[in-house]
Amino acid sequence: MSNTHVFRVDNLVSGYENKTIIHGIDLEIPRNKISVIIGANGCGKSTLLKTMAKLIKPTEGDVTLNGKAINKYPPKQLARILGLLPQSPVVPEGITVADLVGRGRFPHQSLFSGWSKKDYEAVEEAMEFMNIKEFADLDIDELSGGQRQRVWIAMALAQQTDILFLDEPTTFLDITYQVEILDLLTNLNRKFGTTIVMVLHDINLSARYADHIFAVKSGKLVAEGKPTDVLTADLVKTVFDLNCVVIPDPISDTPLIIPKGRYHVKDESATL
Amino acid sequence: MIRLKNSSSNSKKKQLDIHAPKHFSLILVIGLILLLVTVFASLVLGARVVSFQELMDGLFYQNQDSYGANVVQKRISRTVFSLCCGVALGIAGVLMQSVTRNPLADPSILGVNTGASLFVIIGITFFHINTAGQYIWLALIGAAITAVFVFGIGSMGRGGATPIKLVLAGAATSAALSSLVTAIMIPSTYAMDQFRFWQVGSVGSGSWDSIAIFIPFLVTGVIIALVSAPALNALALGDDVATGLGVRPGMLRFFAICAGVVLCGVTTALAGPIGFIGLLATHAMRLVIGPDLRFLIPMSALAGAIILTFSDVVGRLIGSPGELEVGIITAFIGAPILILLAKRSKVRSL
Repeated sequence: MSNTHVFRVDNLVSGYENKTIIHGIDLEIPRNKISVIIGANGCGKSTLLKTMAKLIKPTEGDVTLNGKAINKYPPKQLARILGLLPQSPVVPEGITVADLVGRGRFPHQSLFSGWSKKDYEAVEEAMEFMNIKEFADLDIDELSGGQRQRVWIAMALAQQTDILFLDEPTTFLDITYQVEILDLLTNLNRKFGTTIVMVLHDINLSARYADHIFAVKSGKLVAEGKPTDVLTADLVKTVFDLNCVVIPDPISDTPLIIPKGRYHVKDESATL
Repeated sequence: MIRLKNSSSNSKKKQLDIHAPKHFSLILVIGLILLLVTVFASLVLGARVVSFQELMDGLFYQNQDSYGANVVQKRISRTVFSLCCGVALGIAGVLMQSVTRNPLADPSILGVNTGASLFVIIGITFFHINTAGQYIWLALIGAAITAVFVFGIGSMGRGGATPIKLVLAGAATSAALSSLVTAIMIPSTYAMDQFRFWQVGSVGSGSWDSIAIFIPFLVTGVIIALVSAPALNALALGDDVATGLGVRPGMLRFFAICAGVVLCGVTTALAGPIGFIGLLATHAMRLVIGPDLRFLIPMSALAGAIILTFSDVVGRLIGSPGELEVGIITAFIGAPILILLAKRSKVRSL
């Protein structure tokens, strides 16, 4: 399965009230691929994703889906193509897992239609996909952080969009859960061809799981491409201001960034 | 709320079905029974307890000379009126809480009650207005202007009308308007006398005329509330998630607040400010049926109607041979029950 949506950002300038954070970015999201936006804290990677997801209005430039500005779409129609899992969603207390996942069906329901068979199926599929069916009747409060995040992603899956944006979906999770979430997202991408764009902090997991990397520094796109092509020691130095050695990841053969600090360097002449 | 249902043994797959919250039908039946009991009590009890024969006479408009039948008929309009007020306040409460994502939000939090009061007191003092039909428009205008004002202030700055900014703007505005109310009222003994009756909420004045004024507003508010329930469910997950689901948070807030303002503005105009109903009905219902607004909105309406009517009956019994205004009773019944609920189980926040 694959989708043909063309999602583009042209000459984008964006930010908050008096502070411009994105200073002119052009990019096109690779279709049916997993893209990861990387960059240092405060570089504007989240702002970029938020602007692409219509959470922030661009000051200049365009964000377009299939040639049409995203804010020109009726919101529900856009929400049937483009899904979003933001960084800190609110959990209404006392909500059950199934109820929360079911709320992802909102854009597919009209004012008076109520729940259709398709809605039930989508919710069920999403829960099955994220392995949370056994929790369906539980309060979200009763779940662990990793399980909760699976519930949120299931909600986004129930939305059944061809494009999915996720803002730091693995933050605050143990490494085990980080890998689990990224595996599940890869499943999603492979099975349905869902175009996934996410902001991630962990550069090595990004290198492993991304088909395409967007590297952002000070509100500008400094590099993009396949991790193997773009993730070099020079780029890491530019983007994160960090000295490092890049070796092949023994598991995935993708670039593995080994940071160099001031201490614990076994042979200084070899590294500096 | 959707729950997993074990389907019959011949189908292997578990089937998802849309479900009302746990025990929903039971709770609904209990609610309806309570409603019937309350309505019955409201017709029968009071300074004069009527007999069954008198009740029947009154209900079916027979034996018009009987004093008891007349009492019952008077109580019918009063009961219908208090049910309307209860529904309006219950729904206004649930809407305000959803919009601000603040479990303690009540129409009074956004300053709407105070705005309505201010305009009514201005009308009384400077224009010597004293009929319900005139109060209602003043109260509505006051409530609407206040809501727009609070909304405007709350929307300034980064991130638009966030719940916390709305609540702060509402509290500040409310405080400012209260002092204006006092400042206008104190020099005028006439206004003070008029205002005193109105200031404590009472459904005793509920006549068919006021019900006729009430109904169009009530229906409009209820329809907006019910129609926006699914979108409000999305909004409950945060503005960002809601936007991702195709909701326009600003627009939704605007409509929901409008409905809340109309419902509580009209109630305030006709019955005076009655506190606690919105808070109490919604909280009680959220504890038993959970946060799904498609169920919570109608159930809060039902709970509001029951609580308000029940409070009115209690006021008539305690105050006999006169009566104690329902606004006083709701505060007295409301406060301890809320504390009890809060102590027994964690009050669900949004």
